[in-house]
Amino acid sequence: MAKAANNSPLARPIVATVAFVSGFCIMTVEMLGARIMAPYFGGSVSVWGSIITVFMLALALGYLFGGRLSMRNPNALVFASFYVSAALFSLPIILFADAIMRPIFLAVEDARYGSLLASVVMFSVPTTLLGMISPYSVRLLVEREEHSGQMAGLLFFVSTIGSAAGTLGTSFYFVLWFEVNRILWGAVTALLIAAAIILVAGYMRGSLGLRVRGHEI
Amino acid sequence: MKSRLFSGLLMLMLAVPAAGEVIHQERSLYRDITVEQNGPRRCLIFNVHRGDRNQTCIDLNEPERLVFSYTRMSFAGLLLNSEPESILVAGLGGGSIPMTFSDLFPDARIDVIEIDPAVVSVAKDFFLFEETANMRVYVNDARVFIKRAGLEGRKYDYIVLDAFTGDYIPEHLLTREFLEEVKQILNPDGVLVANTFSTSRLYDHESVTYQRVWNEFYNFKLPASGNRIIITRIGALPPRGDLTGAARRLAERVEKYGIPLLEYPARMSTRVDWDMSRRILTDQYSPGNLLRD
Repeated sequence: MAKAANNSPLARPIVATVAFVSGFCIMTVEMLGARIMAPYFGGSVSVWGSIITVFMLALALGYLFGGRLSMRNPNALVFASFYVSAALFSLPIILFADAIMRPIFLAVEDARYGSLLASVVMFSVPTTLLGMISPYSVRLLVEREEHSGQMAGLLFFVSTIGSAAGTLGTSFYFVLWFEVNRILWGAVTALLIAAAIILVAGYMRGSLGLRVRGHEI
Repeated sequence: MKSRLFSGLLMLMLAVPAAGEVIHQERSLYRDITVEQNGPRRCLIFNVHRGDRNQTCIDLNEPERLVFSYTRMSFAGLLLNSEPESILVAGLGGGSIPMTFSDLFPDARIDVIEIDPAVVSVAKDFFLFEETANMRVYVNDARVFIKRAGLEGRKYDYIVLDAFTGDYIPEHLLTREFLEEVKQILNPDGVLVANTFSTSRLYDHESVTYQRVWNEFYNFKLPASGNRIIITRIGALPPRGDLTGAARRLAERVEKYGIPLLEYPARMSTRVDWDMSRRILTDQYSPGNLLRD
């Protein structure tokens, strides 16, 4: 299949849209983190401290890994796999939160370290995966060196706007309308839809990074 | 237009209370704490800028007298259990409730939970609060403390939940799951007294949640107070005649604190005056701070 006129593996609006979704989902999960942990570790400032620390560290690692991965044949399939795996690794937050927090509560007397440990177990993997999206999406859009800063700026812009929207939507409205787990299912669904959009758009552009009978798809 | 502005200004001026002298002020991790002295009366105020909320006041000339009606109302639980041997108070404030308990029942074990260490030192420095051999303060989140107490099998005869008087509502202390944990640490003949919200949509949500966990409870309100106190226990509530009898027996003992126990039984009602169709609050759904207006 011939490549589209534009050389990048995905069209700019597609990458911008899914970057928005990932920013949105990161903050939705982060805002709900305090609510999820309060029954075991309370509502003190240190619980927020644990959550934010873990999210920052996980994102930092994600940026590093995502950047590294973008060096080798950047393509839509790998990009979509970040969304799918982030969605899958978010499932334990919905399905096993109590099973994860109860033994930690029993083993760690100090709620500060208890909440830190619980945050690591529940949030570090999906957040790292979501962090990998940012540098990778920059690579997908950059065709020429001169444009790299502009593309990075655009993607930081949309994903941070997404984060702002996720924060506000979750804390102002979603918690008033829905149960915590339903909101999390919503985030998982949004990530999977983003992955589907990437796969369809990548297939149409022949940028999935696969070769079938000599053709790139 | 002009007259509206004028009346607005007038309202504002009237709303400002007679200013006392600020003798202490600090910003803790959780709130702004102000201690104000007005003649012999000393008050602890949280978040003074957002509409005055006197948390606790004491009269230095008669420190054992309870100044606020909601503080006095917290002792209505004595009508259901008049000789508690173990007492848990969640929320220290100025410490009047635990100190009154300590004075009334010097042999009872009293555990106090307060999340804010700054409140503990202010209570000690300005409100004559003292820990004793039998009374200890734990700086902790009430939910965490109560969950652990439940796991360790500790139980109490008298539990006061008084963590809801600040500006921010701790949403994890309003849920069905939390109340079930409280139930676990209450002795079979123990009593639960919860100082809760009397206005706003939250009243309905809270009422249906308490109803779900405790089946029935006394709704205790006084015309002079904006507070609603929920009083309940495991199993059926006693007949009203028992309350009146207990009030007569105990009235004299609590007189020096200014607690008008004899007036209380008539004000304790089991009538449903809330919207039963409201959603109950759970760990999954507890937007207390969004439901307050």
